[in-house]
Amino acid sequence: MRNFEYHIATDVNAAAALLKAKEDGKLMAGGMTLLPTLKQRLAAPSDVIDIGSISALKGIRKDGDSIVIGAMTRHFDVAHSDVVKSAIPALASLAGQIGDPAVRHRGTIGGSIANADPAADYPGGCMGLGATIVTNKRQIKADDFFTGLFETALESDEIVTEVRFPIPQKAAYQKFRHPASGYAVVGVMVAKFADGVRVGVTGSGPNAFRAKDFEAALSKDFSAKAIENVNLKADGLLSDIHFSAEYRAHVTGVLARRAVAAA
Amino acid sequence: MEVKLTVNGKPVTATVEPRTLLVELIREQLRLTGTHVGCDTTQCGCCVIHLNGEAVKSCTILAAQCNGKDVLTIEGLAKPDGTLHPMQAAFREHHGLQCGFCTPGMVMMGVDIARRLPGADEKTVRQELEGNICRCTGYQGIVQAILSVVNPAAVKDHHHA
Repeated sequence: MRNFEYHIATDVNAAAALLKAKEDGKLMAGGMTLLPTLKQRLAAPSDVIDIGSISALKGIRKDGDSIVIGAMTRHFDVAHSDVVKSAIPALASLAGQIGDPAVRHRGTIGGSIANADPAADYPGGCMGLGATIVTNKRQIKADDFFTGLFETALESDEIVTEVRFPIPQKAAYQKFRHPASGYAVVGVMVAKFADGVRVGVTGSGPNAFRAKDFEAALSKDFSAKAIENVNLKADGLLSDIHFSAEYRAHVTGVLARRAVAAA
Repeated sequence: MEVKLTVNGKPVTATVEPRTLLVELIREQLRLTGTHVGCDTTQCGCCVIHLNGEAVKSCTILAAQCNGKDVLTIEGLAKPDGTLHPMQAAFREHHGLQCGFCTPGMVMMGVDIARRLPGADEKTVRQELEGNICRCTGYQGIVQAILSVVNPAAVKDHHHA
């Protein structure tokens, strides 16, 4: 790991000011991705700005028809939150499947979505549940947030402050874990709302996306059978030494059907 | 930079680089070498310690992030007179180790599981150990040791039938 200057930000404004002032500053939340990245020298920022202890960014609350989760809320806390478990159990289940218990004690929702790993669970959950990502500057729909491989709509000095999840009528998250890393080879969040069904997919593509053919079929008939013959196209999906794009497309359909059955 | 933390109940003040990992502080400066580094990539769990009472991987947290916090390592589990912690005693009783390299992390995670999930069944204990790897693959004894603390009725140990 290259050395850097370490800063603890006490609030979001201070963090944003530091991010703007430093030549190549990086925010750190739980550090579960950033620190391994620094160790591999895939990144060597001049400054690391630790926002993990900003208490205003932590916590879970119900606000009308939404569940609002502070950006620095840890996976462990989402997985065990009574508020989340009663309103969106699929989201608690998703959080409880990230990494392992020690990782869930550190990793945060804001860190996960800002990093936008193509195989991370939260991006698929945000797409499937139609989340809104709130930053220090604006509100961004999940549909507009995940723009590419490790790419988001965030500006260079923009900080995720909370994520708002509309409460669905029902939802389920199904994941095919990579047996070694625990990341999603494919993960699918299916959520049924009064005005239609959303299907968020992670792992399959360079960034989380919605499977709109599945959504159209499920909005007419919310059953696994309704998407039995709907196939996701492999074009543009990820392919690696473990899993081809065609395989990922197939597994996406399997998990979507399982999610519908489980919802 | 200077960090102040509590390690195994004792106040510690140390000078570290911003990039110094907690496990480097623990092993190389404090010479508490019971905490092991297996993979250095957050996967194997040999470096698990407790930070403010919760299991974390000390290879993936900066010493600077632990300023003002409370760290417990494997050396802090037994009583000063040498009496083993019940989880350590269970690992000995159920032969929860072969080469011993993963053992400090397994014991620390076992204590964390016992804190969070009293009464857990065998399946749950195995799931909770997903971030702790035993390369000898001696999981049977490890699982039985942890079960004997969290849920004694669920223990199926052939050696002690």
